[in-house]
Amino acid sequence: MQRSFVISSTTTSTPVPDSSSGLDLESSRRALDAMWKIRRFEEAVDDLFGRGLMHGTMHLSIGQEASATGACLSLRRDDQITSTHRGHGHCIAKGASLERMMAELLGKETGYCRGRGGSMHIADTATGNLGANGIVAGGIPIAAGAALAAQMQGLDRVVVSFFGDGATNEGAFHEALNLAAIWRLPVVFVCENNLYGMSFSTDLSMAVPHVADRASAYGMPGVTIDGNDVEAVDAVMREAVARARSGEGPSLIEAETYRWKGHSKSDKNLYRTREEIAGWRERDPIVRFEQTLQQRGTLTEDQLREIRDIATQAVRDAVQAANQAVDAVADDITSSVFAEAAR
Amino acid sequence: MTTDTAETTARAGSRDISYAEAIREALGQAMEADERVFILGEDIGVYGGAFGVTGDLHARFGGERVRDTPISELGIVGAAVGAAVAGMRPVVEIQFSDFTCQAMDQIVNQAAKIHFMLGGELSVPMVLRAPLGSGTGAAAQHSQSLEAWFAHVPGLKVVMPATPADAKGLLLAAIDDPNPVIVLEHKLLYRQKGPVPEGDERVPLGRSVVRREGKDLTIVATGIMVSRALEAADTLAGQGIEATIVDPRTLSPLDAGPILASVSETGRALLVQEAPGHVGFMAEVSARICESDALYRLLAPIRRLCGLDVPIPYAPALETAVVPQVDDIVTAARELVKDP
Repeated sequence: MQRSFVISSTTTSTPVPDSSSGLDLESSRRALDAMWKIRRFEEAVDDLFGRGLMHGTMHLSIGQEASATGACLSLRRDDQITSTHRGHGHCIAKGASLERMMAELLGKETGYCRGRGGSMHIADTATGNLGANGIVAGGIPIAAGAALAAQMQGLDRVVVSFFGDGATNEGAFHEALNLAAIWRLPVVFVCENNLYGMSFSTDLSMAVPHVADRASAYGMPGVTIDGNDVEAVDAVMREAVARARSGEGPSLIEAETYRWKGHSKSDKNLYRTREEIAGWRERDPIVRFEQTLQQRGTLTEDQLREIRDIATQAVRDAVQAANQAVDAVADDITSSVFAEAAR
Repeated sequence: MTTDTAETTARAGSRDISYAEAIREALGQAMEADERVFILGEDIGVYGGAFGVTGDLHARFGGERVRDTPISELGIVGAAVGAAVAGMRPVVEIQFSDFTCQAMDQIVNQAAKIHFMLGGELSVPMVLRAPLGSGTGAAAQHSQSLEAWFAHVPGLKVVMPATPADAKGLLLAAIDDPNPVIVLEHKLLYRQKGPVPEGDERVPLGRSVVRREGKDLTIVATGIMVSRALEAADTLAGQGIEATIVDPRTLSPLDAGPILASVSETGRALLVQEAPGHVGFMAEVSARICESDALYRLLAPIRRLCGLDVPIPYAPALETAVVPQVDDIVTAARELVKDP
């Protein structure tokens, strides 16, 4: 991994070529495992919704597995993330329990939020997940603040903030990037650019070609990468995380990707063409990574199938266990608004 | 006077200092006692704060912990929320409470909800201090009293200190609290002096205080209206009318007990706030009285004396005309007591 990404030099948004050297065996297995778990989890959620067995709404990240996985692959357990409404992948990539996630989506007492948050609000302190967020760009200043805490506490922990292209038109994005830059905070801003803020195309929502171009306004490096190439995402993240950890400050990574499914259940896909969706499905990040691993001789077809089967079974087990759990109870609903004093 | 203030005055080590000095003392003592506590805001460093509250704290604690920020309210509050969930105890100063409008997402959608929404996984031990109120000729965007907005949001605690001692003690309690606490300081009180303990005694959140006792009516007042009500009560006493004055101090969670107990005794309730009356905090107090047995003890309809439902105007004559003054309280109390 000696190839130098633009992240360590001055700001640019030149797309970085695909990585070629590749992940080692252990990391490859972990990455593939995470990507399949995300895919299978989202498919299970889609299925449960479709059959009327799941309440509320959902925002699926099928097609975006590589950006979530690649961004978290090199993180330590004590590194932290903030996530988005389309956040199931981030949770899984950072190590959340599939069963507790599924239980939350099914409104169970054993869910991460005890049924109080649902799909858009899963947090898991044990794995450094500071929470998904239902407000576009809401998590970005929080990530900057968590990074400020790490800096003030003298910890070498790094915070990764996930958000979509739509968030980069919110004031919170700009204020958070500016604060992170002036205070040289240990944070990496990861924009998963899936080309649409709900229905609004980035061609119409920005007057610059790349989200990463916006980094120059704050004096931090900005890089655009192929977000469907898990190795490319991992490689650029390693540089950005190392930069943050060593006190050199924040970076903005723009991972170009695509969501196969609609924004949420209400989406009729009126704003994009079948051809566009089909074209992106051909760039399936999982199939692509499997082909790379097979061609490289890292994993055999049987080994790939085994990883896939394990993920499928893990999600199946999670759904089964979650279904059997007790429904969320309202007994202490008013007394759980405030935290109890510790001292 | 059987009030907390009286007790405080009696304590050794009390001396008269201003409301602003009391806040500064609380911040200094909190930072000395707990290295997780830090303050951030606009012009709070070398400048010493727009109202001079932070004063010499920058010189004493340095720029890391007395952190000047860009003019970036949403970013500042968001950074405080993030620092709080990650183990720090941030105290944000928003230069004018009107500017919280710039930061509402982080206050209302994030800070207030994180603990509950995330199933108790995280909490947000953050304090947001901001000056509110009119009387400085700063007009409509620098003079509002928005306490009812915050009090309406589950997950926020809301405090309005009316005296220097409470400004210190409530702030110390707010910094201890594991939840987001909005501390609204009236800018006309900053220079008001009163007895304040030298130590770090807390004034617990969620406890109303009786500032004065009298048999003829109960005046419930918040913020600057507490001192105006006390002044009015002196005038009324000269006219043979004795008022009880209850200061809720914490608007959320509200300790209604002392209010209901007093109204049950006097049978008359005058509710005074600077904020516009429509859907204001005193509407909640009125509802609490009506929903309790105190209703049966009322000798006259409840009376609210509030700011007019207009933006705060600039010209001195206009500015004083739209919020209750001492004379208005005297007049309203006399009318209420005459009401058979």
